[in-house]
Amino acid sequence: MNLSRDVALIGAGMTRFHNKIHADKTSREIFLEATLEAINSVDKNFEFKDIEALFLGTFSGDSFENQAHMAALMADWLGINPKPAIRIEDACASSGVAISMGAMAIASGLYDIVMVGGVEKMTSLDTNKVTDTLAMAADNLFEVSAGFTFPGLYASIATAHFAKHGSRWDQLAAVSIKNHYNGSLNPKAHFQTSVLDVAKKMGESRGLTFKDEMEFLRSPLNPVVAYPLRLFDCCPISDGAAVVILAEAKKAKRFTDTPIFLKGLGQASDTMCLSNREDLTSLKGTKIAAQQAYKMAGVKPKDIDLAVVHDCFTIAEILATEDLGFFPKGEGGVAAEEGRTAINGDKPVNPDGGLKAKGHPVGATGAAMAYEMFKQLRGEAGKHQIADAEIGLSHNVGASGATVTVQIYGK
Amino acid sequence: MSVPRYWREEKYRYRLIGSRCSKCGEIFFPRRLVCSKCRSRQLRDYKLSEKGRIVSWTIIRNPPKEYEKYAPYAVGLIELDDGLKIISQLVDLEPEEIKTGMRVEATFRKIREEGSSGIIEYGYKFRPVIE
Repeated sequence: MNLSRDVALIGAGMTRFHNKIHADKTSREIFLEATLEAINSVDKNFEFKDIEALFLGTFSGDSFENQAHMAALMADWLGINPKPAIRIEDACASSGVAISMGAMAIASGLYDIVMVGGVEKMTSLDTNKVTDTLAMAADNLFEVSAGFTFPGLYASIATAHFAKHGSRWDQLAAVSIKNHYNGSLNPKAHFQTSVLDVAKKMGESRGLTFKDEMEFLRSPLNPVVAYPLRLFDCCPISDGAAVVILAEAKKAKRFTDTPIFLKGLGQASDTMCLSNREDLTSLKGTKIAAQQAYKMAGVKPKDIDLAVVHDCFTIAEILATEDLGFFPKGEGGVAAEEGRTAINGDKPVNPDGGLKAKGHPVGATGAAMAYEMFKQLRGEAGKHQIADAEIGLSHNVGASGATVTVQIYGK
Repeated sequence: MSVPRYWREEKYRYRLIGSRCSKCGEIFFPRRLVCSKCRSRQLRDYKLSEKGRIVSWTIIRNPPKEYEKYAPYAVGLIELDDGLKIISQLVDLEPEEIKTGMRVEATFRKIREEGSSGIIEYGYKFRPVIE
């Protein structure tokens, strides 16, 4: 399957993801900030009025801010009325799906230029209520009522992966150390401190010294959230927004000499309840979505120069690198431990810090992945640039895998 | 959860009832109205096996608000003897005792209270089998 018209990225913007710096803003202001940056990033000739439609991925303004009907609100707020505005909610994959919907709208011939974005303002609720809101993305009747939380669901995936494939917590820690290091290179990341520096800082104030990251991560300063997942295995609660501008490939030339092309996309659904899956150690949706995307792009896993994957928990990155075909099943943890997914490894994964360090304002994550693709493939990623990146893959997951979307980008 | 919504689910939660497709034999929990294997609509109530083994588990230390007084508590995925997997709290055991493969059985327990004047929900939890 192919898109009937080719689609390109011509601009991208995002706010820093953070839990404090957006405290005095609502999602409107946050979204505007990302939008203005996206518009300013277009190389030439672009004006607000060129936007023909807005596709907005957002998870739960309804609960976080008592605000639904968010797409229309943003269109109004940005001053693009009467252009159509469509909200897409697929849990943590909301704006990843929105990118595909925007691309399809262009491919259909209905529009030539659309704006796709994602936003979430999570910190207006206290942590308890945020947990409850996020739990709405799981099966309310049969998962949440058993007392499960998202860390709990992914922790169960981890224990199953440990039991079946012999992976270990040290390998999860390796993912965390890597992503925090990458975050330290990314000015848009929520956490910009390496685990070693966190260990030093937290140790100093308590009169403790740690010989290395692992000793710190094994200490009570990194408490267990849901065995085997500890605090540093979980992504933070962040506010933020990201926006990309998509254009029909030929029209894209009017705005830039270096567009980035959407080469392939795929999407799949799976059972809501983890208990209804045949295999807990794999996200079937990832495999299916990836196969579709690889086929459309005409590339194989070995051709991918860098990937941004949905590491809401460290175990999720290990699953993703296996299910996307980068490493054989059961060897994702070993690959992380050996540094193969590091920024200078043979298969760099989450050079932007991933959800773990970059942050995870749920509805903004998919669009932020597209932002990273745009920057990396244009060679504009700064300190976390992957040299000579030609083909990139983004992987965005809703909840525990009931929605998965994969996109492949190229020059 | 609203009272009627809870009442509607009572049968399934109190007696561990799922559905079985009369056409292809596939069993489901939670119950379904359409068979996701053969698409038939001939689904009948099916009483699940009350025993099984733990296939995966964790200990919840940061629980949702309504479960705070139980924390830390164990939860797991259990493969029942009839082959179906179910998700549940694990009770009457210490975290250190839990092992993948451990035999467990369903037991009727209080699940949560909805505030001080809301409904009290009951349902299944799983505990170790004493054999």
